[in-house]
Amino acid sequence: MAIEGTREQPVTEHTPLPSGGWERTKALFFRALMHLFLGIWAVIVIFPMLWVLYTSLKTDQEIFFSPWSLPRVMQWDNFFRAWVKVNIGRYFLNSLVVVVPSLILTLLLSAMTAYVLARFPFPGNRAILYLFISGMMFPVFLGLVPLFFLLRSLDMLNTFVGLILVYIGYSLPFSIFFLTGFFRSLPSELHEAAIMDGANQYTIFFSIMLPLAQPGLVTIGVFNFLGMWNQFILPFVLMSDRKKYVLTQGLAYMNHQQYYLNDWSALFAAIVVIMVPTLIVYVLFQGQIQRGLTVGALKG
Amino acid sequence: MYRGKYKLIIPFLLPALVLYGLFVLYPYAQAMYISLTDWSGLTAEKDFVGLRNFGRLLRDEYFWNALKNNLIYLVSLPLVVISLAFFFAFVVTRGVALAKFYRVVFFFPQVMSAVAVGVLWNFIYHPTIGILNSFLGLFGIQNLPAWLGDPNVALPAVAAVVIWQSVGFYMVFFIAGMEAIPETFYEVARIAGANRWQTFWRVTLPLLWENTRVALVYLAMGALNMFTITQTMTEGGPSRATEVLSIYLYKNAFTHSRFGYGTAIAVALFLIVLAFSMLIMRATAREAVEY
Repeated sequence: MAIEGTREQPVTEHTPLPSGGWERTKALFFRALMHLFLGIWAVIVIFPMLWVLYTSLKTDQEIFFSPWSLPRVMQWDNFFRAWVKVNIGRYFLNSLVVVVPSLILTLLLSAMTAYVLARFPFPGNRAILYLFISGMMFPVFLGLVPLFFLLRSLDMLNTFVGLILVYIGYSLPFSIFFLTGFFRSLPSELHEAAIMDGANQYTIFFSIMLPLAQPGLVTIGVFNFLGMWNQFILPFVLMSDRKKYVLTQGLAYMNHQQYYLNDWSALFAAIVVIMVPTLIVYVLFQGQIQRGLTVGALKG
Repeated sequence: MYRGKYKLIIPFLLPALVLYGLFVLYPYAQAMYISLTDWSGLTAEKDFVGLRNFGRLLRDEYFWNALKNNLIYLVSLPLVVISLAFFFAFVVTRGVALAKFYRVVFFFPQVMSAVAVGVLWNFIYHPTIGILNSFLGLFGIQNLPAWLGDPNVALPAVAAVVIWQSVGFYMVFFIAGMEAIPETFYEVARIAGANRWQTFWRVTLPLLWENTRVALVYLAMGALNMFTITQTMTEGGPSRATEVLSIYLYKNAFTHSRFGYGTAIAVALFLIVLAFSMLIMRATAREAVEY
């Protein structure tokens, strides 16, 4: 797997500069040019985010008449209004209520499935793995209409349970694909020894294999968290009751209503509220995310 | 050794299979059937109309308009995103100060929800409170368009946002591939007297061909979707200038209750995605370089 194949430390030392006069000038020039490009892109990426952050603390007046300036006085009230008056607090809780159980169950179910598919040969093993993997090929919008009517006939439209089950279903293909590779890469001695000792199969899974698989579970957990937290199209179609909106829907709705509400500063605050959890997760698990990406590549 | 293993296998597989089968595979399969009906969603029975929806699709100018918009994204997004990402990845892995910083920062927008990205850029493009116009004004650029309000500019404006969001992701994706290239390859190139440019063309690019193909397919799939960012930024407007097939199918199905027709668009779009993925893999197939 790519996880083992990748070199830990990237080559970041400076390539030595040639000592000759002209060659040296040329090398210096190119180095400066590269830094210029990298620097410009860094500003293009960072500035809009900083702008949202500090604009979320300005008054509407300031937002309108001096869009660049820093807030004169921090308007924490913007967050309060967004949280309470425009219901971002409720949407935030709804997102948590949906994402937390979806995430836990996705991890549990995909680990169970991947463990069996990776470690137990039985007829149909491959077929089942490919059945799951094939799910990654289909675009979500293909299933939207039937999914809507399926949930309606199960009385699960506008219910958190319905949305949770759908999130799990859609998260399984990639999670199982990833974790099957991970379980295969784990050393088998421990597993076999435990089986020889006649340990209970469930005990083996929960107290030996799951702890061993922890790094893989963290990676897949982070990916699924980001995917579920940022998910829009599924709740957009399946949750039309405004009390049950998740955060992305709430923000989209607020954005849509701005032309009537005219509370720009609260909208900026809402963007910050939706951004912050993902940025925290990203900063904490940056390594796992970047490593997890390599698995998608063919070398994985 | 695996005595009684089915007592474990069956309960471990069953929940995932049931959820996946019911909520993912079954709707996909059903979509194929619904696309052959004229279902309005109001009645239980669906009238089978064969390929009539697809015939109607071919005569629907809005379908072609949306497809055209998807195709513009399909050509422009991979080109720009892959070029920038590849360039940055190459520079960052070949020894530059602050490499780690760039790596972390460029990836930032990728973890943001497309809705947050869309709303954020709505503000940046905003003609009065947005910062883009006043920024360009600093350079004396006048007569700026209304960006998202201008049918001629809205589509490139949305594309720019997607580029802004995706470059970091693909940069990291390419970096992972580049780091797997053994250092000896670069040493040989250096001894042979190759400069940075030659090293790039002769060593890095050929060895990252597989990664590039995967990136192309991912980006093509993204360009043929574009639902969330479009819905958030323009809802397909102004006057359908940014309407893509996913938006058009959503409107048909859920706004106008033309579920049969909407699903036919979804199926057509799925076939288009499939065709392009296969085409890209075919067209870019080369003998893999083993190392």
